[in-house]
Amino acid sequence: MTDQTQQAPGAAAQPRRAQTANTGGALGLRKKDFAIFLLVIALTLFAPFLLNPFPGNSAMAQFNAGYPDLMQRFVIFGIFAIGFNILFGLTGYLSFGHAAFLGVGSYAGIWSMKLLTLNVIPSIIASMVVAGLFALLVGYISLRRSGIYFSILTLAFAMMSFALAYSVLTPITGGETGMQLQYFDARILDGALEPGQTPRASLFGLDMAASETLRFGAWSFTFNVGYYLAGFMMLIAFYLSIRIFNSPFGMMLRAVKSNQNRLNYTGISPKPYTLAAFVISGMYAGLAGGLLVAMDTQVGAERMFWTASGEVVLMTILGGAGTLIGPILGAGFIKYFENIVSTINKSTLEGWFSFLPDTASDIVVTLIYPFVGKGWHLTLGLLFMAVVIFLPGGLVQGTQKIATVFRRDKKAEPVESAAAEQRKSAED
Amino acid sequence: MTKSNFTRRGVMKTGAAAGAAGLATPTLFTGAVWADAHTGFTNAPQGDTVTLGFNVPQSGPYADEGADELRAFELAVQHLNGEGDGGMMQTFSSQVLDGTGIMGKKVQFVTGDTQTKSDAARASAQSMIQREGAIMISGGSSSGVAVAVQALCQEAGIIFMAGLTHANDTTGKDKKANGFRHFFNSYMSGAALAPILNNLYGSDRKAYHLTADYNWGYTTEEAITSSTEAMGWETVNAVKTPLTQTDFSSYIAPVLQSDADVLVLNHYGGNMVNSLTNAVQFGLRDRMVGDKKFEIVVPLYSELMARGAGANIAGIVGSQNWDWKLENELGDRYSGTNAFVKSFGEKYGFPPSQAAHTCYVQTLLYADAVTRAGSFNPCAVGEALEDYEFDGLGNGPTLYRGADHQCFKDVLVVRGKENPENEFDLVEIVEATPVDQVTYEPDHPQFAGGSLGTCNPGA
Repeated sequence: MTDQTQQAPGAAAQPRRAQTANTGGALGLRKKDFAIFLLVIALTLFAPFLLNPFPGNSAMAQFNAGYPDLMQRFVIFGIFAIGFNILFGLTGYLSFGHAAFLGVGSYAGIWSMKLLTLNVIPSIIASMVVAGLFALLVGYISLRRSGIYFSILTLAFAMMSFALAYSVLTPITGGETGMQLQYFDARILDGALEPGQTPRASLFGLDMAASETLRFGAWSFTFNVGYYLAGFMMLIAFYLSIRIFNSPFGMMLRAVKSNQNRLNYTGISPKPYTLAAFVISGMYAGLAGGLLVAMDTQVGAERMFWTASGEVVLMTILGGAGTLIGPILGAGFIKYFENIVSTINKSTLEGWFSFLPDTASDIVVTLIYPFVGKGWHLTLGLLFMAVVIFLPGGLVQGTQKIATVFRRDKKAEPVESAAAEQRKSAED
Repeated sequence: MTKSNFTRRGVMKTGAAAGAAGLATPTLFTGAVWADAHTGFTNAPQGDTVTLGFNVPQSGPYADEGADELRAFELAVQHLNGEGDGGMMQTFSSQVLDGTGIMGKKVQFVTGDTQTKSDAARASAQSMIQREGAIMISGGSSSGVAVAVQALCQEAGIIFMAGLTHANDTTGKDKKANGFRHFFNSYMSGAALAPILNNLYGSDRKAYHLTADYNWGYTTEEAITSSTEAMGWETVNAVKTPLTQTDFSSYIAPVLQSDADVLVLNHYGGNMVNSLTNAVQFGLRDRMVGDKKFEIVVPLYSELMARGAGANIAGIVGSQNWDWKLENELGDRYSGTNAFVKSFGEKYGFPPSQAAHTCYVQTLLYADAVTRAGSFNPCAVGEALEDYEFDGLGNGPTLYRGADHQCFKDVLVVRGKENPENEFDLVEIVEATPVDQVTYEPDHPQFAGGSLGTCNPGA
């Protein structure tokens, strides 16, 4: 399992100035990681402002993404991608079936809400535990192989899970229609609802759907309870991921990625480490699944389909595999395309270009239309190709390159500097 | 609004003035209560526009249906805003829509792609509700999606006007107070088809079912088996086929081994096109079992499917919600059909499908209900729609039943034409089954288990 993923050039020959970054942090993080963590905290806290930069009555309002559902998706799929990155970014094991854990977590979460209570805490715990157990089973079997065989095995498990959820297990998954909360569910801790009442997920009585809207003239910013819960969870997930990246355990995982044979020859079995990484990563996916249910109380089997597994691979690679913040960026990027670019339809375009003469406007609209609306996949595909070809380190490498231009610092940091730093410090 | 058995089409035809004095009084009375309240519910329209959300599959297996639905929505919005010839607004029994939008507010719309996945459909609907401020969501080409989006609209306090959804559950165990369905359902297909099948093929038949392995397939299979068994047919076998299957040869071969003489294909869209093509390739159309000719039945028909299946559909019987030739062939009981086909044809150059029809009608019904209620409040709109009887929208006299928010109207039994004249004229209407034959009790076993609950106006 060597060289499966992009090795950033010069990762081994890291200058010693990395040492300085090791001091001055807090919370057990190094200075640089702490800075990234603070950045993510700020982004999460102020997302309602940052994502709604355009006034509601302007033509650019189409690009606003600061509504609760999408903000929730940003952070939840961020968690999913962070977890995937622990497996893929560190060990290089490419799982093509991670959506199965997300789906299993979702089903566990909704059953907890059906049988126990509408409180989201037990539901999220149930999601993580069940997804973790399922990951243990799948990992135990799949990790007997590496490389493409491992990927195929995980893909097979995911498709099996999808097929089971879609038809065979219809009584517990709801099949194609999916699973929803009903007023007549047992809920032994809460007691039954009045007939016809809508069950709503809550955190000790705090409704997940509750929102507060702040208006400044034409601008409006929505603060949603569910979003901040999911955002808080993502911050914990992100913090843990930094700690894992910098821990001796993370080092072992990198060793697996760089040369598994050498590890075997030194008498260390990589399997406990990879299995642990697989289960941790599965529990991250379970957490994401549980949060999806907590925000929107329904599960459809499609979220276990192989395209969903492929999506998290795309998110991680697009953002920058093996980097800390990359997966979050990638998740945000893809979800933005899926939800914003796909809603630009022909009449929106016509509205934008109505200032042009008729023929010119028609031509421009005809040229752009295939790339927006239902053609959003096409645009995303082109961007993905561009990123993989020109920025193999993902968006993170892109931002570093831009930063280099501004700093006029020709010695740009390679993508995996964090990894290289650690390797360096371990050698000292 | 209380249900009154005295309400007849004639009363409504005499116009709103007569109605105001008589039976419609409760509506107007409660309507007035809501009339002041332009806030206090989710996405109350501000300013001089109102936004509707059309959530249709633009990719995936039902993209054709989605495209046709979107055409119909655009047409409906044009008509509501007073552009074009007004379409069915001229023939609609309720004449409160005047082409100035809805209650004087110009209608705008936003579109989204459901991808025929419930998760994606909900995400898209959420964006319409939370970002675009849509007051009503309509569309959809799959029951799974309809059920998921309907539940979302219930939670958010938005009216959901279901598009193409045929499974019983949408207005059965998953019915919701904020959701309304105009399209017919599996039970109605079974009830309409059974007597016709009896006439055509006799009561001593052995049926073999191939069923798409998901919720709609199950309810359709259940509806067809129970209605055909009630008239004496025997169900030999019912086999589930995966939704993603494209080659059905391995499922058709066992049919030849069995003693079945009827094959029922509980398939829709691409599934049906492929399974039917395979069945014809295996020579099932020319097969004789004893002295009986082998027959194939497709419970849910659509023009788009018929086009896909080509010559294979000749002579095959199925049911439809509506057909564009209806008024020409069966007279002006089905008025509105020609008006709609004319404006749709003028705009797009071909006749509309039943998916387009139901979406167009749902949009008009919503606009009409808002106007009659005098408010966009979902609870007021719901009250205006419940137990509402109307006519002139292409299906003949129709009732929006309050107990389960399902429309009751005549159901068409159709057959593939032997010699179609063009690509839009692929089916012939065998009979329009009267509404009484397809009506059921709200607590019928195939629909039991759910509750509408109370309407939710949201924030």
